[in-house]
Amino acid sequence: MKIHEYQGKQIFAKYGIVVPKGYPAFTAEEAGAHAKKLIDETGSPVVVVKAQIHAGGRGKGGGVKVVKDGASAAQTTAGKILGMQLVTHQTGPEGQKVRRLYIEQGLDIARELYLGLVVDRDKRRIAIMASTEGGVEIEKVAEETPEKILTEHVDPVVGLASYQARKLAFGLEIGKGSPDPKRTMKEFTATIKALCELFEKEDCSLCEINPLVVTKQGGIVALDSKINFDDNAAARHREWAELRDSDEEDPVEAEAKAAGLSYVSLDGDIGCLVNGAGLAMSTMDIIQHYGGEPANFLDVGGGANKEQVTKAFKMILSSDKVKGIFVNIFGGIMKCDVIAEGVVAATKELGLEVPLVVRLEGTNVAKGKEILAKSGLAIQPADTMADGAKKIVAAVRG
Amino acid sequence: MAILVDKNTRIVVQGITGSAGSFHTGQCIEYGTQIVAGCTPGRGGETFEAQGPKGEKVKVPVFDTVAEAVKKTEATVACVFVPALFAADAILEAADAGCELVVCITEGIPVMDMIRTRRALLGGSTRLLGPNCPGVITPGACKLGIMPGHIHRAGNIGVVSRSGTLTYEAVGQLTALGLGQSTCIGIGGDPVAGLDFVDVLKMFNADPDTHGVMMMGEIGGNAEELAAEYIKAHMKKPVAGFIAGTTAPPGKRMGHAGAIISGGKGTAADKIAALQAAGVKVAPTPAEMGATLKSML
Repeated sequence: MKIHEYQGKQIFAKYGIVVPKGYPAFTAEEAGAHAKKLIDETGSPVVVVKAQIHAGGRGKGGGVKVVKDGASAAQTTAGKILGMQLVTHQTGPEGQKVRRLYIEQGLDIARELYLGLVVDRDKRRIAIMASTEGGVEIEKVAEETPEKILTEHVDPVVGLASYQARKLAFGLEIGKGSPDPKRTMKEFTATIKALCELFEKEDCSLCEINPLVVTKQGGIVALDSKINFDDNAAARHREWAELRDSDEEDPVEAEAKAAGLSYVSLDGDIGCLVNGAGLAMSTMDIIQHYGGEPANFLDVGGGANKEQVTKAFKMILSSDKVKGIFVNIFGGIMKCDVIAEGVVAATKELGLEVPLVVRLEGTNVAKGKEILAKSGLAIQPADTMADGAKKIVAAVRG
Repeated sequence: MAILVDKNTRIVVQGITGSAGSFHTGQCIEYGTQIVAGCTPGRGGETFEAQGPKGEKVKVPVFDTVAEAVKKTEATVACVFVPALFAADAILEAADAGCELVVCITEGIPVMDMIRTRRALLGGSTRLLGPNCPGVITPGACKLGIMPGHIHRAGNIGVVSRSGTLTYEAVGQLTALGLGQSTCIGIGGDPVAGLDFVDVLKMFNADPDTHGVMMMGEIGGNAEELAAEYIKAHMKKPVAGFIAGTTAPPGKRMGHAGAIISGGKGTAADKIAALQAAGVKVAPTPAEMGATLKSML
């Protein structure tokens, strides 16, 4: 689950990570009022108007503007950004509509650094990455100049050791050019330690500060925040519900998630209902191999009940772009009769106007086949995955 | 011989009274697996009943703790069906009780829990399989997990995969081609898990009953690349492979937490190239996994 920059910064502040003063705004008037408040509070005329969407690269896309001439200018700028379709390298060509802004104080920046925490699958630990190349796409740095990314791994028992924080600090030459190198060093190591603590306690899957800035006074400030939460931990974080912004989520995918299904919308016209992520991806692969295009990835998971399967099948049925459906089930924990009951229940409610190919194998397969046979539905049975893929592609392509 | 489990393996099932736990324990017992104990805190003293392979009644004692179950029944392997938020604790309990292998079926465990659990197991003698995996089966001897038993046949092919249902698909194809299996192992799709491809390949390499290996990977991470390195340097047996997700769009999470391509790494093309360079024959479609391996024998 992703959250907005301003929400991330509120969490940063709770852990003692220094962030610029700022206020979220939902209208241009609100933005103007917040700008005035900031200018009064800080004594500096510079404010930054920042679009809040769940994607990086906002600055390059025109969603972040520095305003130097007062609150009414900030209000005008806010009016221009609000409602725009912001296109960045992470949004796709259609972009994302800006509905929220963050109005923040301007700072005197001396250096821009990068700091990021992720789960390293091979080391089975949290990896901290730091770089002198802040403010740019870190993917590019990783590809072109990987030596500029410093990495440390956190032992979950010990936590981040002080020497590791120092290694990163000296590696970045953190005190270089600072009027108060000791202060800079101290604040930098404190920031890394706080971010590690936050990552663990808040069950993150990604935490990024890009850029983390050194101010001209030698202070360390998180100028941006990016936090992704580990969806698996949602049950122990009730507070996440308030941070969710449904405007930023694909409505169909969100609906699936709420029903405990894993669904990803794709561009093709063959709806797929499969159990297991690996088999679901393979089903997409084999449909394409035989010349078709999958309309979705849909994994009904291991222990889905009849209601979830019904929901899943209804989601496929109700999509306009679906011209045929391929159900590919190899039951293990998932029982074939549960799938069959769900398919029958959904078609009873919504009807079935497109070709349906069903391949059932595994746990309770005989029961499942019997339910489908008795249903009277126009189903083309398939013996194997390849057989099913060929049949559905032929049915859709005509 | 096979690897990890055989007909003498004695097993304690954690979460045996839950809905998934009880259904699949029943299926394992029906297959002939030696489920000798169950564990559900607060339900100690109860008895779990199921039908054995010949229709006979099998009674399994339920204990409050794994330590007690191990002490009373000499179980050496634990199988976890405990709900996600408590599953990491269940793994630690099994390790503390001295189990040599813990098979964790549970999906949806928070990654921080697994990072801590892996660290806690470090240096100990307990091996972990999973989480979020179908388990392990040595056909005709021991089915420990949620895979459908009837598709398997005893033989000499080792099967290892990150995906449960894709494992069944491959096994179904092998059996149809007359190729039985020595042991089939699902290592699970989570980013932080126990045994990985290399661990399992090493065991297959050393097992005289395994004559060839079928491995199925998927997009995300670099576990398949590491497996390719091992195969190139050490593998003495033919290996056929398949990578799921060739057509998956980048940046989208495809069910498994691991199955996401980011930063140009972990693509199907990269993995297929690495495996082919190591001498692995990669099936062009998921329907040809069994046939690809057969062509190498």
